[in-house]
Amino acid sequence: MPRTHITTVINGDETEFLTEDGTSLLNALRDEVGLTGAKEGCGTGDCGACSILVDDRVTCSCLMFAPEADGTTILTVEGLADSGDLHPLQQCFLEGAALQCGICTPGFLMAAKALLDKNPDPTETEIRYALAGNLCRCTGYDKIIRAVQEAALEMRGK
Amino acid sequence: MKYVAPSSVEEATSLLSASPSAQVFAGATDVVPQLRAGRPAPELLVDLKKIEELVSLKSDDNKWTVGAATPTAYLTEDEAFSHEFPGLSEAAGLIGSDQIQNRSSLGGNLCNASPAADSVPAMVVNGVRAVVAGPSGTRVLDVSEVVTGPGQTSLDDDEFIVEFEIDNMPARSGDAYLRMIPRTEMDIAVVGAGARVTLADDGSIEQAALALAAVAPTVIRIPDAEDALVGTTADDATLDAVAAAASEACDPIDDKRGTVAYRKQVAGVLAKRAVLIAIERAEQRNGTN
Ligand SMILES: Cc1cc2nc3c(=O)[nH]c(=O)nc-3n(C[C@H](O)[C@H](O)[C@H](O)COP(=O)(O)OP(=O)(O)OC[C@H]3O[C@@H](n4cnc5c(N)ncnc54)[C@H](O)[C@@H]3O)c2cc1C
Repeated sequence: MPRTHITTVINGDETEFLTEDGTSLLNALRDEVGLTGAKEGCGTGDCGACSILVDDRVTCSCLMFAPEADGTTILTVEGLADSGDLHPLQQCFLEGAALQCGICTPGFLMAAKALLDKNPDPTETEIRYALAGNLCRCTGYDKIIRAVQEAALEMRGK
Repeated sequence: MKYVAPSSVEEATSLLSASPSAQVFAGATDVVPQLRAGRPAPELLVDLKKIEELVSLKSDDNKWTVGAATPTAYLTEDEAFSHEFPGLSEAAGLIGSDQIQNRSSLGGNLCNASPAADSVPAMVVNGVRAVVAGPSGTRVLDVSEVVTGPGQTSLDDDEFIVEFEIDNMPARSGDAYLRMIPRTEMDIAVVGAGARVTLADDGSIEQAALALAAVAPTVIRIPDAEDALVGTTADDATLDAVAAAASEACDPIDDKRGTVAYRKQVAGVLAKRAVLIAIERAEQRNGTN
């Protein structure tokens, strides 16, 4: 199979990789770039575990073909922390025990980041809708919602 | 599968004409799950999103033009568009999660040809036109002429939709879309109902359009309900006639989301409610806005 050469900016770094055209962006990130933060849950866009930001918009990387990433700017969960300092969302998820097994967490963090970037002071209802594309089978969601509220509060305080 | 992203409509149509096994896509939110479910892969995947007209949202004095591959999030985020067509904007905003709406398009929602596609009733009642490109140029179809059955469209293999044209909402007019699903988010419609009305100066209904999703092999118009509404002020007896006509027109499937009897009943209820919301909106749009 011929492989296509893709140039992107991932987590602030210009990144090039080779991929087969039918490969999902999720698999290219995991297998070619070595970023295994985004997870495959369902592979059909229902669970959100593969959520990343592409040009600042949250998307399921399992539903994108890898060549579509050419020329885009991508943020994955690996790019959330700022040189070793956890992002407030990460910190609040940790402190609030907003995860158990952790498979869904990278996706929740990215969807929550997308929400807070455009709405720094969301209501609980807005948070629940913004995270409706992310499934968690451990926490029952409440701790996740509270962690996002906590992080929003902290980020507004800064 | 080979991936191509043409930068013009002409380039795309010639790629499609040259390759018998090519498929266009926009957000791929239907295409990828279908491939994963085992649908035969095309040789060529034609990404429409690098063609400028396909990803754009603009308006002039008479109409709005929505590129067929424009992410539906652009529609719900655009205040002017959502003010002009609140029902169509609501329908677009019901498609999946934020992750999906940052990718899903009206062209994909229509051409995937699911009977349950949420934007389609709202497009139908608004008289939306599809501008279709093919090897010999473009033609314009009413949206209601595009889907012919589940998974089937009237487009040729080397044709695709470039953009949708929507005439501005007339004065004293309004649209609405309601959907019933067993949960609050992220499910397929049990029934969807789109309505649009135009009121006469005396407040009675001058024009009415009603379309239902998920109750027949394609989205259907309900002419008997539309006729019942015209000339009335949507009093209770008229609304009962609307509900009865909507239930009667349904030819739904039985599945885990709802039985035939349940779908028919819900179709009537949603039809009535959608008409009432459209009327309320029409009353608020008195010609100056
Ligand atoms: C998790 C999830 C939730 C969903 N929820 C909903 C929902 O609530 N309501 C709903 O209605 N849908 C829902 N969908 C289905 C899907 O997201 C929508 O139908 C969406 O609008 C498809 O748009 P797309 O751009 O992704 O289409 P694509 O997958 O890119 O294309 C779909 C089909 O249309 C064809 N096509 C695409 N663009 C064109 C064009 N311009 N001209 C001709 N043919 C074209 C393609 O060849 C393909 O056959 C959901 C999907 C997922 C994965």
